[in-house]
Amino acid sequence: MFINKYLRMASAVLLSIATSAYAETPVNNEAVFNPAFSLILTGTYGQFQRDPTIPATGFAMNPNPGHVQGFSIGETELGISANIDPDFRGVATMSIDATGGIAVENGFVQSTSLGDGLNLKFGRFFSGLGYLNEQHSHAWDFVDQPLVYATLWNNQLAEDGVQLKWLAPTDSFLEIGGELGRGLDYPGTNTPKNGSNAGAVFVHLGDDIGVEHSWRLGASLHQTTQTDALSTAVPDLLNTSGGVTDSFSGNSQTAGVDFVWKYAPNGNIRERHFKLQSEYFRRNENGLLTYDMTGAKIKDSYSVVQSGWYVQSVYQFMPMWRTGIRYDRLDPGIAQVGALNAGNVISNYAFNPSRTTWMIDYSPSEFSRFRLQLAYDATRQGLPDNQCLVQYIMSLGAHGAHQY
Amino acid sequence: MALINIDLKDTEMKKIFIVFGLLLISGNVHAALNIFACEPEWAALAQEIGGEKVSIYAATNALQDPHHIEARPSLIARARRAQLVVCTGAELEIGWLPVVLRESGNADVASGKPGNFEAAKYITMQEVPTHLDRADGDVHAAGNPHIQLDAPDYPAIARALSERLSELDTANSPYYQARLQTFTQKWQAALLRWQQQAAPLKGNSIVVQHKAFPYLTSWLGLIEVASLEPKPGVEPSASHLSQVLATLQQHPARMVIRAAYQNPKPSEWIAERAHIPAVVLPFSVGGTEGAKDLFGLFDDTVARLLAGLK
Repeated sequence: MFINKYLRMASAVLLSIATSAYAETPVNNEAVFNPAFSLILTGTYGQFQRDPTIPATGFAMNPNPGHVQGFSIGETELGISANIDPDFRGVATMSIDATGGIAVENGFVQSTSLGDGLNLKFGRFFSGLGYLNEQHSHAWDFVDQPLVYATLWNNQLAEDGVQLKWLAPTDSFLEIGGELGRGLDYPGTNTPKNGSNAGAVFVHLGDDIGVEHSWRLGASLHQTTQTDALSTAVPDLLNTSGGVTDSFSGNSQTAGVDFVWKYAPNGNIRERHFKLQSEYFRRNENGLLTYDMTGAKIKDSYSVVQSGWYVQSVYQFMPMWRTGIRYDRLDPGIAQVGALNAGNVISNYAFNPSRTTWMIDYSPSEFSRFRLQLAYDATRQGLPDNQCLVQYIMSLGAHGAHQY
Repeated sequence: MALINIDLKDTEMKKIFIVFGLLLISGNVHAALNIFACEPEWAALAQEIGGEKVSIYAATNALQDPHHIEARPSLIARARRAQLVVCTGAELEIGWLPVVLRESGNADVASGKPGNFEAAKYITMQEVPTHLDRADGDVHAAGNPHIQLDAPDYPAIARALSERLSELDTANSPYYQARLQTFTQKWQAALLRWQQQAAPLKGNSIVVQHKAFPYLTSWLGLIEVASLEPKPGVEPSASHLSQVLATLQQHPARMVIRAAYQNPKPSEWIAERAHIPAVVLPFSVGGTEGAKDLFGLFDDTVARLLAGLK
């Protein structure tokens, strides 16, 4: 009797050990350092012939993230992430600005247990629109973002809100997603109000062709409203010295398409690989413009279609070494200016800003990279600029996997 | 009339139910368990145990460095419908699998769930670092993750995989158990054969390109005297290769070995100067013509090592 009982107990213990083996050992790689900490150190040296704060011609009412001349430590990025509980994962990325401020770049919660191809994110996150928008700056292939991202998205669109994505149960990749948020970043004006102030929808398609080629195609739509968006130093028809300060309120609708194709011999990216990508965005702004806020203050209708695109390719020609080339182009459009401002506001700049960039980078390991970038910048009419940038990017601590 | 009508309806309803029932059953019978295998060796092992009851997608091939894979859309799409993900674990796939699994929106195969199988958990890991410092290169906390040449440990991994398949697909449990038994018997016989064939290798010194062979060398009694990568994952530099060459003058080696996916240049450089053969090993199923399945992988590996001795 006793023996029987002990045998039963022993077998129960053995069984429980056997069945829970995979549940008891540490399971999440990220959880080895719980939470996972990462720190990105970057710095640049910039040499320019022109003042980098001069905006591209026709884009004085857009952001100009520009460049920093001379030595600069750029942005130091601190990342913390971990599973919160069986249902949620949390991610925070703090960026420490060279001038001293700390900003929450990302701070979001992601569902981990919805299943059925659903992914829910809420908090502050990079919008899923376009191809480059979600990539952190340390993963960029060039020191700076393409002009179309710099002028239409202030480099990168972050949003405070909710994002829901659904991946179709198909052999090819088909993902659709939507976001609602407060319109935190340009072109939004971070205006407090009930409900949402910005929205985006996007769709991504992708697959492999054999083992050597892969691609992704995307389309996105973004909508927000601008409330009293102030722009300073905007040139006008009266040639006011130093420009004027204008204010715009209205709708902003942007459509974009993006494409990336990657190739590696035998699909082995360790040795050599090639990437070609291109994106196009087109924005329609429609509303009321107040000309010269500090003087005349004349308000009338204003609408414009701005657009831009880039094409770039990066080639790793041997382990550790990559080179890349990029061509950028913007179109400021021809604005429809209300009669009251027809003699004040420039409607047609008749100039398309463009830029050609070449870079070479060397990565002694997965965690360190040095880059040299040369650019011929023709974004400012009559002020061509030869630009030279040297950059380092170093990553400490846990380093998460990169997106495609 | 009314009664007859109702009767007719009843039988029709029954027919419909039966047809639906049959459809559901046949659907279950034919629906193979979807497996996403991170590396070709686990795709091959899943095939040995799962047979016709599983449908396998291999995420990588033997000509790709498993450390360096991109989280491609195709991988995310395939992980979406997977019922079981079979990988090495031990951080080998840390650079891509977490993104693939997260983006797939498939909660069943998340790390720690029954649908997530990591082979490294069922063997004794080698080269487990005593301290972690990136100055030591690409070192993994759990130990050397290149476990697929650990021939003696395959039965343990196979048993764990068979148990996992049975857990996920209870109806086919006897089938998986039977295939496990067949595989294990065949494997034990093959192990004896490989060990006999490889006996002349015992005690011979070799150079490795990447620290990817500790399980193979400890099994066959080979002695690793040098590595062409100065630190794991760091590209061989000219100065380090010269050092290796100097080491080889003191401690001669019989051959320099590398995986099929690795750049041949460093091995060939050393081979030429040290006057030893450069041996390419399949490293995984599909790495060479001969490595068509798991048995072929070891047949070919042993044959190539023996050829290197001559």
